[in-house]
Amino acid sequence: MNRPIYLDYAATTPVDPRVVGKMLPWLFDNFGNPASRSHAYGWAAEEAVELAREQVAALIGADPREIVWTSGATESNNLAIKGAMQFHAGRGKHVVTVKTEHKSVLDTVRELERSGCEVTLLDVQENGLIDIEAFRAALRPDTVLASVMFVNNETGVIQDIAALGAICRDKGVLFHVDGAQATGKVAFDLDELPVDMMSLSAHKTYGPKGIGALYVCRKPRVRIEALIHGGGHERGMRSGTLPTHQIVGMGEAYWLTRENMGAENERIRMLRDRLLNGLSALDQVFVNGDMERRVPHNLNISFNFVEGESLLMGMKDIAVSSGSACTSASLEPSYVLRAMGRSDELAHSSIRFSIGRFTTQQEVDSAIEQVSTAVRKLRELSPLWDMHSAGIDLSTVQWASH
Amino acid sequence: MAYSDKVLDHYDNPRNVGSYSADEEGIGTGMVGAPACGDVMRLQIKVGADGVIEDAKFKTYGCGSAIASSSLVTEWVKGKTLDEALAIKNTEIAEELALPPVKIHCSILAEDAIKAAVADYRTRQTAPDTVEAA
Repeated sequence: MNRPIYLDYAATTPVDPRVVGKMLPWLFDNFGNPASRSHAYGWAAEEAVELAREQVAALIGADPREIVWTSGATESNNLAIKGAMQFHAGRGKHVVTVKTEHKSVLDTVRELERSGCEVTLLDVQENGLIDIEAFRAALRPDTVLASVMFVNNETGVIQDIAALGAICRDKGVLFHVDGAQATGKVAFDLDELPVDMMSLSAHKTYGPKGIGALYVCRKPRVRIEALIHGGGHERGMRSGTLPTHQIVGMGEAYWLTRENMGAENERIRMLRDRLLNGLSALDQVFVNGDMERRVPHNLNISFNFVEGESLLMGMKDIAVSSGSACTSASLEPSYVLRAMGRSDELAHSSIRFSIGRFTTQQEVDSAIEQVSTAVRKLRELSPLWDMHSAGIDLSTVQWASH
Repeated sequence: MAYSDKVLDHYDNPRNVGSYSADEEGIGTGMVGAPACGDVMRLQIKVGADGVIEDAKFKTYGCGSAIASSSLVTEWVKGKTLDEALAIKNTEIAEELALPPVKIHCSILAEDAIKAAVADYRTRQTAPDTVEAA
């Protein structure tokens, strides 16, 4: 059976076969515990873990000693935010973040709020970017931490981390960045970027699921409280036996990405632009989020007068995500698009295409064809398209509530 | 999400898609839902002189279950009197299409569309002048 064309790389990526090859020996042949200091099994595992730490650090311009292994970006976000707020509780209890953040940030600050912290959730502009002056104004004398994602998972929009970080340094506020969607897509160097903590994930960058890291800056030294206590691994910041094979996988994945990033991103950009051009032949198509400050992998697009879930049904040979309510249990359309001021209609009509290392031009062409066919078919079925074609302004229609 | 075979069938081959023009004789139009909620159904019935629904047409903006619910309803109302059509319950639609709980609102919307179409037809029969004006 032919599998659907995978255009959902922002959800997860396949593990690069070269990465798989590097991981396997660490499951049976070299199974030692990296924390075992008394024999060769442990020494070999520790060496592999430390090599991976260097590989991860190299991609982001960090010192290997600034990398703390975690189970993934969700844990890293929890550790950074809760850890910083707890350690610095004496300094204040205010935290600033943004409405378009990942749920692992929003739910974490929500939880902090229940335990007495104050949270400011910033709006974004129509293009998905933070208003820098609004960010500056939100920082108070008792603000301990600001948390902003580098690249948005739904729209691919890239925040101005350098500018936001400079404001934080200026005001003495810790700055955490969720970098899960940025690694391998945006070139950056933490040696220069004013960032105190950054969450990293392996599985968005051709590594395995279940492993990630938190970058914790050493100069200036950032201190946080641990969430998981035990053997004092990772300099006390995250206890738990290190999963050598996962760590080796993340290291190799980041290493390969670093070597090929430039050429790979140009190829992906070409494919994304081809997809956008092909789909733009349809009338009433809107790109969600800024097109300039966006990773080349992402195309988030709304097909007006077509509901997202029905569109997914019509393109069943393509694997993508929709911002429509119906694909989630919540019955609410994408909170990210709504925070950008997109109407519920357009949010319901949105599809996120995300392209990656193994996407081919043939797959993109096939996707254009399938999506266009499905959109045309559904518009034939759509009373809204009818009304739009008849020149009726839908915003003037009195809709029956339900 | 897995769809039932019947939902898939109606999605792939929707029955009675289309519209009647407003000035045609014996037409009742029901439009329910809102774009902001992610579904809008327009159901039109064509009622004969004997008070029996001769034909029905629909257009729906919404998820696959909403499309299937309205497509199914166009089949079910045909050959029924207005009162018989009004007796169609959302639970029967949901059962026929094997809708999961999260999609029950689609069947409710389809039932509402029947009610709205019948009400519109009856209004037009009693006050044809206002229809002309509209």
